[in-house]
Amino acid sequence: MTSTVSFLTTKPHLVVIGNGMVGHHFVEQLIEQSGHQVFDISVFGEESYLAYDRVHLSEYFTGKGAADLAMTDGRLYDEHGIRYFTNSLVTEIDRAEHRLVLQNGETVPYDKLILATGSYPFVPPIPGHQRDNAFVYRTLDDLDAIRECANKVTRGTVVGGGLLGLEAANALKNLGLETSVVEFAPRLMPVQLDDKGGSVLKGMIEGLGVKVYTDTATKEIVAGDDAFHRMNFADGTHLETDLILFSAGIRPQDALARQSGLDIGERGGISVNNHCLTSDDHIYAIGECALWENRIFGLVAPGYAMAKAAVGHLLGHAGVTFMGADMSTKLKLLGCDVGSVGDAHAQSQGCKVFVYQDEISQSYRKMVVSEDGKKLLGAVLVGDNSYYDTLLQYYLNAIDLPDQAQSLILPTMDGAPAALGVDALPATASICSCHNVSKQDIHDAVCNGALSVADVKGTTKAGTGCGGCAALLKKVVDNELLALGVEVSTDICEHFAYTRQDLYNLVKVEEIKSFDALLHKHGKGHGCEICKPAIGSILASVWNDYVLKKEHISLQDTNDRFLANMQKDGTYSIVPRIPGGEITPDRLIVLGQVAKEYGLYTKVTGGQRIDLFGATLPQLPEIWGKLIKAGFETGQAYGKSLRTVKSCVGSTWCRYGVNDSMTMAIDLENRYKGLRSPHKIKFAVSGCTRECAEAQSKDIGVIATEGGWNLYVCGNGGMKPRHGDLFATDLDDATLVKYIDRVLMFYTKTADRLQRTSVWMDGLEGGLDYLKSVVIDDKLGLCAELEARMQHVVDTFQCEWKTTLEDEDALQTFRQFVNHDGDDNNVVFVEERDQMRPATALEKQQLIAKVG
Amino acid sequence: MAMAWKSICKQSDLVAGAGVAAMVNGEQVALFYVPESEHQVFAIGNWDPLGKANVLSRGLVAHLQDKWVVASPLYKQHFELTSGQCLEETVSVPHFQAKLENEQVYLLLP
Ligand code: SRM
Ligand SMILES: Cc1cc2nc3c(=O)[nH]c(=O)nc-3n(C[C@H](O)[C@H](O)[C@H](O)COP(=O)(O)OP(=O)(O)OC[C@H]3O[C@@H](n4cnc5c(N)ncnc54)[C@H](O)[C@@H]3O)c2cc1C
Ligand code: SF4
Ligand code: FES
Repeated sequence: MTSTVSFLTTKPHLVVIGNGMVGHHFVEQLIEQSGHQVFDISVFGEESYLAYDRVHLSEYFTGKGAADLAMTDGRLYDEHGIRYFTNSLVTEIDRAEHRLVLQNGETVPYDKLILATGSYPFVPPIPGHQRDNAFVYRTLDDLDAIRECANKVTRGTVVGGGLLGLEAANALKNLGLETSVVEFAPRLMPVQLDDKGGSVLKGMIEGLGVKVYTDTATKEIVAGDDAFHRMNFADGTHLETDLILFSAGIRPQDALARQSGLDIGERGGISVNNHCLTSDDHIYAIGECALWENRIFGLVAPGYAMAKAAVGHLLGHAGVTFMGADMSTKLKLLGCDVGSVGDAHAQSQGCKVFVYQDEISQSYRKMVVSEDGKKLLGAVLVGDNSYYDTLLQYYLNAIDLPDQAQSLILPTMDGAPAALGVDALPATASICSCHNVSKQDIHDAVCNGALSVADVKGTTKAGTGCGGCAALLKKVVDNELLALGVEVSTDICEHFAYTRQDLYNLVKVEEIKSFDALLHKHGKGHGCEICKPAIGSILASVWNDYVLKKEHISLQDTNDRFLANMQKDGTYSIVPRIPGGEITPDRLIVLGQVAKEYGLYTKVTGGQRIDLFGATLPQLPEIWGKLIKAGFETGQAYGKSLRTVKSCVGSTWCRYGVNDSMTMAIDLENRYKGLRSPHKIKFAVSGCTRECAEAQSKDIGVIATEGGWNLYVCGNGGMKPRHGDLFATDLDDATLVKYIDRVLMFYTKTADRLQRTSVWMDGLEGGLDYLKSVVIDDKLGLCAELEARMQHVVDTFQCEWKTTLEDEDALQTFRQFVNHDGDDNNVVFVEERDQMRPATALEKQQLIAKVG
Repeated sequence: MAMAWKSICKQSDLVAGAGVAAMVNGEQVALFYVPESEHQVFAIGNWDPLGKANVLSRGLVAHLQDKWVVASPLYKQHFELTSGQCLEETVSVPHFQAKLENEQVYLLLP
């Protein structure tokens, strides 16, 4: 804030206090409606950042930076002549003089004032709450402080088990802290959930290793014995923890209203009417600080609606008023689905309730309906939110319920919940509540040329707020496009108007054995780097042919074509299979000898095997000749196929092992090593629940139990880690293999190209339950076929390198040059830590300079 | 400068639908044999200026919007086989006139 800025303005001066999500949205709306030509506008914000996306604040801990979360970089303001001041707390409103006082003592005149001061976290006045290492969860600065502390400690506790508290607990867990949640009320999420829903949620969250204390009041916080804090509870028990995060609710930030004598509610909040006007005609309040009909709205969508109403009133557009807002919410908390719609607590007069409860797969669903059973008044979902969109639409649009209304929360026999076709939605149906976009708006946007979800997002902003409407939005857009006769493209590329699943079925049903045959029958043009490898992989999954057969060779990506992984300088790495990571000293010596002979860089991989780097094209067959002679097989590190089965030593050596994880890992690796799949597949087998093989981060994870094996599916490490889902427990060896056969073949049959099992599972309608019904209950009657297909793959396994070494034609293709014997002179190595590595560009220059 | 067709290798050294590398006047050249195209054979430089390695001969041949291209095996940019032009970036690689005659591959060279 500089004192040289003059607030002497020609147009009336409009001042916005608070540059949070709603204050920013207000400015955007004002600009959109040319309000900047009517008013001179200034914005004051207390935080050091311009408005950012608080709804996605937690993503600050999972890789997003402040710039990613920012809602503006200031350009919008600059371009429209709007002055903005960060780090500027307004401390006083002088209503008589129409001026504001800033913290630094300066004064600013105003004609119209917008209070968008949001809310602040409530910290219960427990003795000791001001101790160090105690935080709240509201701003980027808060998160910076939490992260810094979390880096130094091991245990964290959240006080408050509401929506935000559980989100904060998830954040602490992601920061690697042993996490507990302490809730004063008898259940979690007391505002949204009923007793039973709360207790199911508690079970699920505890299952994830977060300790939950409900019905627990904290009496005081004192110094801990073996942790930084000790929380003494009213019932005499206590908890030791290093970090405390208060998330015990929010309070409207109404300090300025109190100071200046505006009307406020009994329990706080600045009273406003339908235009968001306060008791002073020159002052509006919007967002979380505003109190409308004695209600505070702690969500962003109602705040945006208030901003619109205030803009409408300021610019004299009658008719845009704030009429309350829906507070339904759906969330994934610590990986558990939770949803609440309308009157979750069944408080409406005469209402009736349906409840569905499944204690085995831990889910709970409740529907609250009107006395005559015709309308949905509310709902509670725990464990599976796939029912949410449909219920919400029945509720919001007051659509008559179907005859068997309970079917809306019952699991259906084909897995996917009974969906309400988007056709059935009235034009007024709200699709995106954050930006108040109706089905009609989407229809209009599509008619005006927005022909994809991305276009519709661009023109209507639907889906760009909390993101909760994404799935529904896509359905509505697709439906509108279809109605217009526009085809919705799920084509794999310009050469095939089919999805990968379609192509898989065509290949299988029509017994098509080559790319050319498929292209001829079902495609057009000549193929590209998308369809060629995808179809190469399908052909391999279905027929398990040798990939370097003449007719398949041009389909293979370089790694598959040369059966090795290309490195940055054009040389290759060599990864022999080491099933389960078990290797004899003799074989280890062979690897060492070969590496030494060819001067290869040698490294133990992240997948428990040994990688030899730096082989040139012509060296590949020579080296593999030696490896195969010593009994090695290809490790298929190049393929979209089984990579490794990570193992731990298990009961053979480990004092805790309860089953022979080593043998199981080796057997599984040998069984599935030939499978070509949509993407790579990784397994792990751990010998006990300590999980040293990290099985829960693999596509297929197996953990030994006293009763056999627990099977986890669809885990992922890598870019977007996902814990595997527990699929079945205490299996014997044969059932384990049977289930894995079926899961993997079903995945191979139905996944998109380059879709890992984790992403496939997240997109699978009906999710885990559906997969279980297909694999365990054989709902689709497919199991026998899936097993037979897998058996075919197992029976026709061939080591691709062995076949290649016996194929003169194939060997020809490993020449560096077809007309010359020399090497690639751009492949230059230098030594580092006693091994060779590719020279950098600079080093190459220097080396060449020396020689020259 | 006078240009002349020079024999580089046999047709049987090529791989249908894919590329191989050849050494031509001390330069690495990528030769592509695409039986279903009008040209049959294409020749461009083997050096990938974006990935900075001699690898274009090892990319996948594709046909995109009526153009024959190769996708670099390193970072997947496309280079047009008739011109050497990169479709994504403003770089190009050398290209050569090529033909198949009497089961031999010829390039038009200075
Ligand atoms: C060699 C190795 C790193 C090492 O020095 O240890 C490695 C190297 C490569 N990884 Fe990896 N990954 C290696 C273990 C892993 C692991 C750890 C594991 O398997 O336990 C992971 C995380 C686990 C997982 O996949 O869920 C891993 C996750 C990835 C990903 C991310 C996959 C994802 O779904 O997010 C990629 C990119 C991709 O596949 O699209 C990748 C891609 C690659 C590529 C293919 C990148 C490339 O195109 O060059 C590298 C090939 C190098 C080569 O020539 O072999 N690598 N990579 C490891 C080989 C293991 C093996 O024995 O086969
Ligand atoms: C972790 C988290 C997750 C959330 N998840 C969701 C969700 O999934 N869905 C959803 O709908 N909502 C969610 N919310 C709530 C949502 O963020 C708020 O509803 C929304 O940010 C309210 O916007 P606002 O502008 O009213 O308040 P705020 O965003 O709080 O902005 C108010 C701003 O005013 C400033 N200010 C206050 N007093 C003064 C003053 N005197 N002078 C100058 N500046 C001042 C404050 O510093 C602040 O920057 C979440 C909130 C958090 C913290
Ligand atoms: S983490 Fe990245 S750099 Fe390291 S091996 Fe994997 S892909 Fe390569
Ligand atoms: S409902 Fe929040 S983005 Fe659409």
